[in-house]
Amino acid sequence: MAQTLDYLKETPSQTAGPYVHIGLAPGDAGFDIYRQELGRDIAGPNAGGAQVTISGRVLDGTGAPVKDVLIEVWQANAAGIYPGQGDVESGFRGWGRVIPDFDTGEWSFDTVKPGPVAGRNGTLMAPHINLWLVARGINLGLNTRLYFADEVAANTTDPVLNLIEQESRRHTLIAGKTAEGYRFDIHLQGNKETVFFDV
Amino acid sequence: MTQPLDLYQRDREWHPPAYAQNYKSSVTRSPKQALLSLETTLSEAAGPVFGHRDIDPLDNDLIRNYAKTGDPIGERIILHGRVLDENRRPVPNTLVEIWQANAGGRYRHRKDTYLAAVDPNFGGCGRTLSDENGYYRFRTIKPGAYPWRNWMNSWRPAHIHVSVFGTSFAQRLITQLYFEGDPLIAKCPIVNTIPDPRAIDQLVAALDLNATVPLDSIAYKFDIVLRGHRSTYFENRPEGN
Repeated sequence: MAQTLDYLKETPSQTAGPYVHIGLAPGDAGFDIYRQELGRDIAGPNAGGAQVTISGRVLDGTGAPVKDVLIEVWQANAAGIYPGQGDVESGFRGWGRVIPDFDTGEWSFDTVKPGPVAGRNGTLMAPHINLWLVARGINLGLNTRLYFADEVAANTTDPVLNLIEQESRRHTLIAGKTAEGYRFDIHLQGNKETVFFDV
Repeated sequence: MTQPLDLYQRDREWHPPAYAQNYKSSVTRSPKQALLSLETTLSEAAGPVFGHRDIDPLDNDLIRNYAKTGDPIGERIILHGRVLDENRRPVPNTLVEIWQANAGGRYRHRKDTYLAAVDPNFGGCGRTLSDENGYYRFRTIKPGAYPWRNWMNSWRPAHIHVSVFGTSFAQRLITQLYFEGDPLIAKCPIVNTIPDPRAIDQLVAALDLNATVPLDSIAYKFDIVLRGHRSTYFENRPEGN
């Protein structure tokens, strides 16, 4: 027998369940309790860069909308800087919570388009937003990324998109440009399954 | 400003798999393709920061934070513990949020239609920041068990949902805590999505008589462990190091 390593084990995950909104977005659950709910304003009033609206749905393996999902978003500012890692505009949180319409599963959020962020070993990552999905039936939060269709050159050299072996799946991470902004549907399962990451 | 660090690999055999046949909701909501393993980048190593301006002192007192005409019905409990990482270091100033059903097993949610009564004095959510030693504390009432549609006769053990941040977005975790001695734990399809019984034990809060408020509230202790960081900085180091 060797000596025992004294690391702790990470607390195992459990599903957030169908009522995650009570805890993380009580206004959507149907009641007011906090002076301010967290995650309602991603970029704040002083953020530079292009204002964008991103909308979409999360769909299950049968194509049905996941109406009880909660998505957390995390992004850099337009200069490519994350809060806590450098100076960002006052009020720029870079983080927010997105809750769908409980009847349709349709969601949208407003933010500013992030700038490119330094990757590992001197590479540059294309503008992207990290997403974390929890819901009933999701046993451990799912990590994915949203890239922008109009960043063709940056996406082509993005080190993370290029890690995806099947080129035909890379587009699952790229939000399409629409008249209103960007559209990003997330498929949990099936032929169009979105690429999810073990980060 | 903190220099970002790599994270230890998440042990996915300790966590529940995405697809767990007996937890039916997972069947159509579980990705079938392999996850793409990614070396930590700044996007995952950095994370949102919260402070005392974001929350109010009463937010961690579920007995008082929604009280309208008096105290909520139920067994008064203290829920406390520490947020640590895999290196046994405390995680200070991190946001801990909880939500739960009331003593009758009913959630205050527009989509919950269980026949148990809504408690007019109980909202069912709270939040706090861990202190400089990673310690957190809530006061609440013990939630009730309730039936749910999985099998025709499935009952959730009493549980409280817990959400924690850490310093890196890749440490983000949501789980549920259970209560020592509850016979429903072993029968729950959601609990049993976790393959290793030692991991299940990690979700069972211990009765903690030393932390009770005598003649007032009983106590349970629940420590939370987030992923640990490596000791090496990953930026600007040579390839292959």
